[in-house]
Amino acid sequence: MLETMALACERGGLPLFSGLSFALGPGGLLRVRGANGSGKTTLLRTLAGLTRPSAGSVRWRGNPIDGEYHKEMLFFGHLPGMKDELTVLENLAFSSKLSELENPDFKKALERLGVARLADLPARYLSQGQRRRAALARLALSAGVPLWLLDEPFAALDAEGIAQLSALCAAHLAADGMLVLTSHQDVPIASAAPQEIELR
Amino acid sequence: MTGFLAVLRRELQVALRRKGDVLNVLVFFVVVASLFPLGVGPEPNQLRAMAAGVVWIAALLAALLSLPRLFAADHIDGTLEQMLVAPQPLAVIVLAKIVAHWLTTGLPLAIAAPVIGLQYDLPANALAILLASLAIGTPVLSLLGAAGAALTLGVRGGGALLGLLVLPLFVPVLVFGAGAVSASLAGINPSAHLSLLGAFLAVSSIVGPWAACAALRVALD
Repeated sequence: MLETMALACERGGLPLFSGLSFALGPGGLLRVRGANGSGKTTLLRTLAGLTRPSAGSVRWRGNPIDGEYHKEMLFFGHLPGMKDELTVLENLAFSSKLSELENPDFKKALERLGVARLADLPARYLSQGQRRRAALARLALSAGVPLWLLDEPFAALDAEGIAQLSALCAAHLAADGMLVLTSHQDVPIASAAPQEIELR
Repeated sequence: MTGFLAVLRRELQVALRRKGDVLNVLVFFVVVASLFPLGVGPEPNQLRAMAAGVVWIAALLAALLSLPRLFAADHIDGTLEQMLVAPQPLAVIVLAKIVAHWLTTGLPLAIAAPVIGLQYDLPANALAILLASLAIGTPVLSLLGAAGAALTLGVRGGGALLGLLVLPLFVPVLVFGAGAVSASLAGINPSAHLSLLGAFLAVSSIVGPWAACAALRVALD
């Protein structure tokens, strides 16, 4: 479903990686590893269509990525994407509208990440980890979105948060979802078809 | 359309909870436009002659003051990134942000302008034309300003650069906006000036969001 062909990326004229080819099918998990600055984030941003590759291409269902692709893809970057002025619930409602999610159950999503009691709190009062959890509640709403691209999703989470998130990821894979993630931590996620890429 | 309304609603919600930003722009406009009569002196003919120009320049500067915030806050907290990867067309999202920007800056300026005009001893029909010219002209400032704000996103000292970039683009709006009021003071029908302002609005409503989208994609590459 998701394929890259001889993908090459550079940042500020510095080549990061080249000739990267992989294919990810339903239920597939791809872990991207590498040292700081090896291009993990750039690879994920390229897969999300935010950054243009310097060579090669990203394909989804055999086609170059376009508007339709964005309906079937969820990108979670370093920044949580929460507005300080809005409450947790308002933030979640806005991002679900933006992603065109159908019949979202916000309360249940916040419960999955253990932040249901913060629902009506403006986001500026949240701690770093709480903010992260509240933003990740978006994943719990996006079970119907086939491809998840998660950049360092476990950062700033405590043990309980990591367990909740990895359970969410495992459930997504079990339902034939696809997952690409970068992580420094070795968090076990059950998958039928795990793959790994080491960038250097 | 749901995307447009969702973004518009969110922008207004945020603006409502950050009233300081909105009031800042309005107070700046009122103070700058009120300083001129104090500096120039109470000569009614002189004041009437300069009224339209001063009010319009104060409106341009006030708009410029508010523009850097248009995308910067969303850029810092990551919501801009989410907007770029969303299935909703970016142009629709950007247009909604521009409309919200106008509702929270341009519209209050236009409504406050007749009160300012009284300080310059403008007659009632000139006040009405001033209001009309600002109502048609300030959306152009938001539309073209959005392109400038997107181009200078993430640039250090972007505020000063933004001024250099968009103020020249605002010149036609200033000329015809202030011109409409001067024409009505001279007893000439100002509808030609207002029609030209309307034409600028039509052109910039296409060019502004399009250029802003292209610039945002580059800024977040």
